Amino acid sequence: MLAFLVQRISQAVLVMFVISVIAFAIQDGLGDPLQEMVGMSVSMEEREAIREELGLNDSMVVQYLRFAGNAVQGDLGNSYFYGKPTLEVIFEHLPATLELVIGASLIIMLLSVPIGVYAAIRPQALLAKFFMGVSTVGISIPVFLTAIVLIQIYSIGVTVEWFPVDTGWGQWLNGALSTDGGMPSYGRGDDLTHLFGTWHSGFFSEIGLMHLVLPCVSLASIMLPLFIRLIRAEMMEVLQSDYIRYARAKGLSAVRINFLHALKNTMLPVITVGGVQVGVMVAYTILTETVFQWPGVGLMFLEAITRSDIPLIVAYLMVVGLIFVITNTLVDLVYGLVNPTVKLTGKKA
Amino acid sequence: MKKLLAALVGTMALATAPVALSAEATKELKMAYDADPVTLDIHEQLSGGILQLSHMSFDPLVRWTKDLGFEARLAESWERVDDKTMRFKLREGVKFHSGNELTTKDVKFTYDRLKESQDFKAIFKPFSGINIVDDYTFELVTSEPFPLLLNTATYIFPLDSEFYSGETADGKKKDAIQKHGNSFASGNLSGTGPYLVTSRQQGVRMEFERFADYWDEESPGNVKKIVLTPIKENNTRVSALLSGGVDFIAPVPPTDLERIKRDKNSDLVTMSGTRIILFHMNQERVEAFKNPKVRQAIAYAINQEGIAAKIMKGFATPAAQLSPAGYQGHNESLKPRYDVAKAQQLMKEAGYEEGFTITMMAPNNRYVNDDKIAQAAAAMLARINIKVDLKTLPKAQYWPEYDNRSGDMMLIGWHADTEDSANFYEFLTFCPEADSGAGQYNAGNYCNPEIDALVEKANVETDVEKRTAMLQEVEQRLYDDAAFVPLHWQDLAWASKKNVKVEPILNVMNFPYLGDLVVE
Repeated sequence: MLAFLVQRISQAVLVMFVISVIAFAIQDGLGDPLQEMVGMSVSMEEREAIREELGLNDSMVVQYLRFAGNAVQGDLGNSYFYGKPTLEVIFEHLPATLELVIGASLIIMLLSVPIGVYAAIRPQALLAKFFMGVSTVGISIPVFLTAIVLIQIYSIGVTVEWFPVDTGWGQWLNGALSTDGGMPSYGRGDDLTHLFGTWHSGFFSEIGLMHLVLPCVSLASIMLPLFIRLIRAEMMEVLQSDYIRYARAKGLSAVRINFLHALKNTMLPVITVGGVQVGVMVAYTILTETVFQWPGVGLMFLEAITRSDIPLIVAYLMVVGLIFVITNTLVDLVYGLVNPTVKLTGKKA
Repeated sequence: MKKLLAALVGTMALATAPVALSAEATKELKMAYDADPVTLDIHEQLSGGILQLSHMSFDPLVRWTKDLGFEARLAESWERVDDKTMRFKLREGVKFHSGNELTTKDVKFTYDRLKESQDFKAIFKPFSGINIVDDYTFELVTSEPFPLLLNTATYIFPLDSEFYSGETADGKKKDAIQKHGNSFASGNLSGTGPYLVTSRQQGVRMEFERFADYWDEESPGNVKKIVLTPIKENNTRVSALLSGGVDFIAPVPPTDLERIKRDKNSDLVTMSGTRIILFHMNQERVEAFKNPKVRQAIAYAINQEGIAAKIMKGFATPAAQLSPAGYQGHNESLKPRYDVAKAQQLMKEAGYEEGFTITMMAPNNRYVNDDKIAQAAAAMLARINIKVDLKTLPKAQYWPEYDNRSGDMMLIGWHADTEDSANFYEFLTFCPEADSGAGQYNAGNYCNPEIDALVEKANVETDVEKRTAMLQEVEQRLYDDAAFVPLHWQDLAWASKKNVKVEPILNVMNFPYLGDLVVE
């Protein structure tokens, strides 16, 4: 266990070192941070003075060494735009993103397992076919489109007048297809509960929860079909295996077989994929946060790029790298719990 | 001046109810802009966002009216003492948010700080000093006769000198202007304006509350609390308005104008703007551009009206010059000159019938539809056998390329900080000169010292009529010479819920005077 953790920590350090080098190497391509800091009519001379002050005129190596020197002491520099330490800025924005990811993950877990298992046990059922059809559509619609459609239907509302309004059934159909809207379409609302540090949560008030619904559903929509299909496929395979047949022959109840013996083995690859998908999720939060003006790290990062806020970009990439390493470590630990035959450091059992 | 103020207030009162004067502020306004102010220090950056904040939490000496006239604010009256001196009388009994009273000492403090500010010092360059006569009288002195003195006075938003003096707990000077980093002024403010900043989460949310001791008791404004949320994504901002999440949004993207017009709960306000979009033709990089006939041919080949109608969806005013209507230099007789046959003829006369190949560069997230405009222009140039190799870039990468003059034709948009024609010429058409900063954005390297001299002359001419004639002549000569290719002035658009009466408080500078906003 200790050897495993030491190995992972050294991996994390290496990952962050590589990320910081890459981020520094591409910063020239990101544009000139000064453009966002000064007005158009500021003279070249003044610009040069500010550039000098920021140390932007030094060579890349000098800039990197200065950065690395501070980074070793836990100081990742100051954001140009926020005028504050980058880590502080990131930790202010991180809770919003984490809540989005938690909300979306809850939706995914609560829906994908029952639907996936059901579709595996009754592959021929009409409902199962319906779920699989919907999930194919879901996986092929980009997340921002889902978000825009959700906003149109549930925030703005739609009035349908396809059917004749002078007939009773027409009115009923029109009414049934029209929506009033009213769901919040942006931000986190103004009723957040302070938990600790920089964490203000939207999970504890009605307004906060209402604001979470559409972004979480949008984010979940892209991942949910994947998990449904994965669980279904794995489960079907497991159901074919010998030990399930023996269990059946032994006369165990279907519930016990399906949900205890089969599901446990089904979840192994799902956990692995889930760990990898957290990274994909981080990428999709950028899109979701942009559409919903969700004040998380994704939106912050995107804006940092348009502003060429290089210190913030570098710090964000390093933090995300760290998150990747941590989630993968956690996945490996959980894996060991689910399947005791797996050994962490790859040594012989 | 007072009459004008009274008339303005009068029209606003008519629009609402006769009792609107000194109405009690009770309403709440939720609004969404595309960005929030980057700092609370109004001298740290010269940008639209900062000026919008300035008009919310501070008051200028004078401010622009809708028709580009001046309206007295903290300066009650003013008179010319001589060619180079203007004497202002300050309003008495005006309180800062801190409770301090406004006197000329604060004006001097502000003037000195503006002279120090990296972004503002250029605008205040013509000023040589400020004379304090007494607590409520001061004089602004310029080194040469200066026709734009009042234009510049719209940038003087007096700061609370007592509040910004001294040192913070950690020994930093409170009046320091710092571009990046946590200066005292970037996080704290005290002005005389209608709104106090009560909470601010940068990039997320900003809250304002009406200042109880606001001096302007004739203001019809009845909004007690303002919540500003920056929403960068156009679609989300429009959705926020349509779903009732916010009451007022700006800007409105051209693609959603129809949608908002159709919505029965929303009002749309549009205005022809003053930001000119144009192409420079770099004579240093392309030999052919030195020939006026080639430049004219390009000017004839570009269909400004087509771009304004098709690409901008009518959300732009086609331009044939730099100065928009209302500016002194605006020359009514200059019209867009789209004529492909004429353009081909000119190319032939210049000896370039076979055409040539050039590179073109444009930003793709700076101006409305900037990349599409460039694509359209490139296609239009193909008709006179000029092959265009187009590259569009995000703004953060575009401006360094612009500074290096990396493209043969480059797109730029310009808004005159002084709301005056001369500013266009100084930055866009003056012979480039690194030392003086003249022609800083003249990526065409067009140089005509005669025109420059004429502008310089107009800059010290205080007689409005004579100055107007000079500036219009400048426009005419630039047009004849086809010094650049003007495209259009970008329009402005705002939208609000029906009960939020934004129309009277909006203006072409895009500084909504939210202090005077009436919500029913």
